[in-house]
Amino acid sequence: MELNATTIPLLFFVFVLAMFLGVELIKKVPSQLHTPLMSGSNAISGITIVGALIASSREGGTAIATLLAVLAVAFATINVVGGYLVTDRMLEMFKTKAKDGGKP
Amino acid sequence: MNPELLRGLFYIVASIFFIFGLKMLSSQATARRGNLVSAVGMLIAVVTTLTAMEDIRWFWIVFGAGLGCVVGVLAARLVKMTAMPEMVGLFNGFGGLASLLVGWSEYHGKWAVADPVSLFTTVAIFLTVLIGAVTFSGSLVAYGKLSALIEGRPILYKRQNLVNAFVLGAIAALGVLFCAQKLDQLSGGGYALVYLELIAIVVLALVLGVLSTIPIGGADMPVVICLLNSYSGLAACAAGFVIGNNVLIVSGSLVGASGLILTRIMCKAMNRSLANVLFSGFGSATSAKAAGYQGQANPIAASDAYLILEAARNVVFVPGYGMAAAQAQHVVRELGELLGNNGAEVRYCIHPVAGRMPGHMNVLLAEANVPYEMLVEPQDVNPTMGTVDVAIVIGANDVVNPAAKEDQASPLWGMPIIEVDRAQTCIVLKRSLNPGFAGVDNPLFFKSNTRMLFGDAKASVAAMVSEFKQ
Repeated sequence: MELNATTIPLLFFVFVLAMFLGVELIKKVPSQLHTPLMSGSNAISGITIVGALIASSREGGTAIATLLAVLAVAFATINVVGGYLVTDRMLEMFKTKAKDGGKP
Repeated sequence: MNPELLRGLFYIVASIFFIFGLKMLSSQATARRGNLVSAVGMLIAVVTTLTAMEDIRWFWIVFGAGLGCVVGVLAARLVKMTAMPEMVGLFNGFGGLASLLVGWSEYHGKWAVADPVSLFTTVAIFLTVLIGAVTFSGSLVAYGKLSALIEGRPILYKRQNLVNAFVLGAIAALGVLFCAQKLDQLSGGGYALVYLELIAIVVLALVLGVLSTIPIGGADMPVVICLLNSYSGLAACAAGFVIGNNVLIVSGSLVGASGLILTRIMCKAMNRSLANVLFSGFGSATSAKAAGYQGQANPIAASDAYLILEAARNVVFVPGYGMAAAQAQHVVRELGELLGNNGAEVRYCIHPVAGRMPGHMNVLLAEANVPYEMLVEPQDVNPTMGTVDVAIVIGANDVVNPAAKEDQASPLWGMPIIEVDRAQTCIVLKRSLNPGFAGVDNPLFFKSNTRMLFGDAKASVAAMVSEFKQ
């Protein structure tokens, strides 16, 4: 998105609304789910992978800029892949009595 | 349809997936699907981004992402459940590092061609680099503390807050210099200098992350992990402002806000302010010269503990970090089942800050197949604590310390606790009478209805289990 006097306030608008939304979404989480919630939201913060991908292929980008971006892709991928898998592994264990006998 | 418009719409779809994913994560029944929904959102965002890019450097992207996948999958599969807090901390640090590198790479690209970059973008780059670096080095320190690679106790020195303030001031001053310069109007010397300023900001921010995390004790780690989680979201959000991308801003701020809320919940559970957690070095040797309770502790053998348990009709387990350290969750579940078969009502009461990560005990007990319904919160148990026959405290200390209610001079004063001292009998499994991570003596150990079962938690519980089986 091109940054100018029209788009910049829009970005802030989105930012403020999303902050409020985040607060509302998480407000009533039972403490049993704090860990998966944290590690799940941690995986979402790996969204920076989008920025890393864009930076890795900037036209006319220098070698150093590309190298930094590729490192960013690698670390963001660890965050995303590891974060989602670990959360899934945890949630797989959170069973209720009724389901205990069946396959998870 | 205009491809740019289409991509914008797909980014909105990805954001909706993230929002629903988070919403579903906050309820037990839907949590696992919620995580999947949010992962699909991530996939949509990544694929949409790839379609938007011209001249993709596939080799490098596949190389970087492939490497990340291998490491991520291995780490997520191989990590032990007891090591979960440090693994989450580490992943979080990598997210911060990635944002730092994105900001740096963007700047380098603009710097190399003397792009007339706007003040807005330089400020956003500054914030991305700063928050990303603090998240990264702070998370590494948290990882070190949680995995016992470095001292878990607060590391304090003279004029600590002054040093931190100085580093922060230096970063702010460099930040103003860095943001004020226009790349296309700089001459040779100034042109090199502005890049050096960026490097100096990165280095100082890394130092700040370390300095602000080392004075925080092991028992306060749940708060720090939540806070760092929030930072990594804000770093991604700042990166979104750098490249003008809405999906980064939305998901980054969702994570930022949820991390802050969790931080607040953790602080409330300890009856302390965030500032107190971050700056007081609570639980250090210097600040914990508390009462020094005197009295006679009543030791008990596993065989006698068994006799008490056999007669009990209502039992509450109170696990703490000691259960995680001893990896005792499986034998604890076994003992719980035996007690249940013996006709007792068994519950597991979990304090919000027990362990080293929010919900740490829940994860361990879930791993050991304890049904979700048997896990209860302190406010569910405390009002009827008088009717509980036996409360078994397994490696928990500060969260059951009655000084929080009885002793106004105690550093724990006012913290909501699990009131096991009001149970008919309280059996405390512990290695010794040493104080917990907060370094505060626990008068619970000297109460007349308390029995101390000394030794390794796993061995002690296993001994009671074998008594039951005989």
